[in-house]
Amino acid sequence: MQAIKETLTGPIFKNNPIALQILGVCSALAVTSSMKVTLVMCVALTLVTAFSGMFISIIRAHIPSSIRIIVQMVIIASLVIVVDQFLKAYAFGISKQLSVFVGLIITNCIVMGRAEAFAMKNPPMASFVDGIGNGLGYSVVLISVAFVREVLGSGKLMGFEVLPLVTDGGWYVPNGLLLLPPSAFFLIGGFIWVLRSVRKDQVEATEFKLASHAPVREGV
Amino acid sequence: MEALLSLFVRSIFIENMALAFFLGMCTFLAISKKVQAAIGLGIAVTVVLTITVPVNNLIYHYLLADGALAWAGLPDMDLSFLGLLSYIGVIAAIVQIMEMFLDKFMPALYNALGVFLPLITVNCAILGAALFMVERDYGFAESVVFGLGSGVGWALAVIALAGIREKLKYSDVPEGLQGLGITFITAGLMAMGFMSFGGIDI
Repeated sequence: MQAIKETLTGPIFKNNPIALQILGVCSALAVTSSMKVTLVMCVALTLVTAFSGMFISIIRAHIPSSIRIIVQMVIIASLVIVVDQFLKAYAFGISKQLSVFVGLIITNCIVMGRAEAFAMKNPPMASFVDGIGNGLGYSVVLISVAFVREVLGSGKLMGFEVLPLVTDGGWYVPNGLLLLPPSAFFLIGGFIWVLRSVRKDQVEATEFKLASHAPVREGV
Repeated sequence: MEALLSLFVRSIFIENMALAFFLGMCTFLAISKKVQAAIGLGIAVTVVLTITVPVNNLIYHYLLADGALAWAGLPDMDLSFLGLLSYIGVIAAIVQIMEMFLDKFMPALYNALGVFLPLITVNCAILGAALFMVERDYGFAESVVFGLGSGVGWALAVIALAGIREKLKYSDVPEGLQGLGITFITAGLMAMGFMSFGGIDI
């Protein structure tokens, strides 16, 4: 039981897929300008990671290692097709907004990475939980980025007005930069900074140490 | 001809795969510590993109699109929902074939590319380009140009980032930002630079 809890909560902060393992960054940048789209993306990715982990784990003893990447790809791609068709049927607007990014869940490194690193070695139930955990770790980063971008960028949250805009007679001047894609880079950079200031063990070693500054009197 | 040239320039600068659409970010951030490695990876991605986008274009137009199987006597068949599965299959297969081909006939290049070749299968820029090609309904000639252009654009971005990171390792970065954090911020600044191409219309 303890092990399962550890698998579920570990990836959220301690071993976050985006901030520490550098997995699944692409979609984190591109789909975070509005909260609604982000939530759909998070749910889709969590489900695909969990179920692909489970299915791959079930047949892991029968996959020849030379073609395992292709076998994993086929399982993941089939699951993504299901998600894609489901979104097209029940949430067409959001599926249009996500455009190619639903399809890109296939090559999202979180899914492949967990399949390769965890599901190939562990029983189905644990792999399923691991998938959910990594999905949650991904969602935490995405949702916090989307929250900042939508509230400060357009004064709204999930489409409801939070900060009344100047153009509508309110007081808030929206920060247009946050609606542009590069802002996601800065926000994730900041997220990593905060996370690593709290958890010192995640700080990367420096390649070169700077010599300490020369004393002031020498400079004069 | 002019349209193709404009598409080529647009896919390198204005719609840069890495810095405008953020595709292939994982490899972009992970393998940009050394300029040498970045050049190898950039070439590999360009070659794979130039081959896979046109091949997927043919597969889409002659097998998957609505009514595409008319030549086989099945005019009502719409297999486009199988798209994702076929594109990734084609990409994985072509990367595998390329690996074997290079190993046999060009061992020098094979050794230079080394570990990057298998990594390319899971590079989202490759699949992303195939999906954009379908979404924007490119013809065959356009897809060749688009594949080549987006490959060159991605290579340009990764080599530029590697150059900046090589210089950056001598600078005094705050402890928590060391490594990945500062790379994100650098890439963000580069993306803003590339946004200035946005208004250009050729």
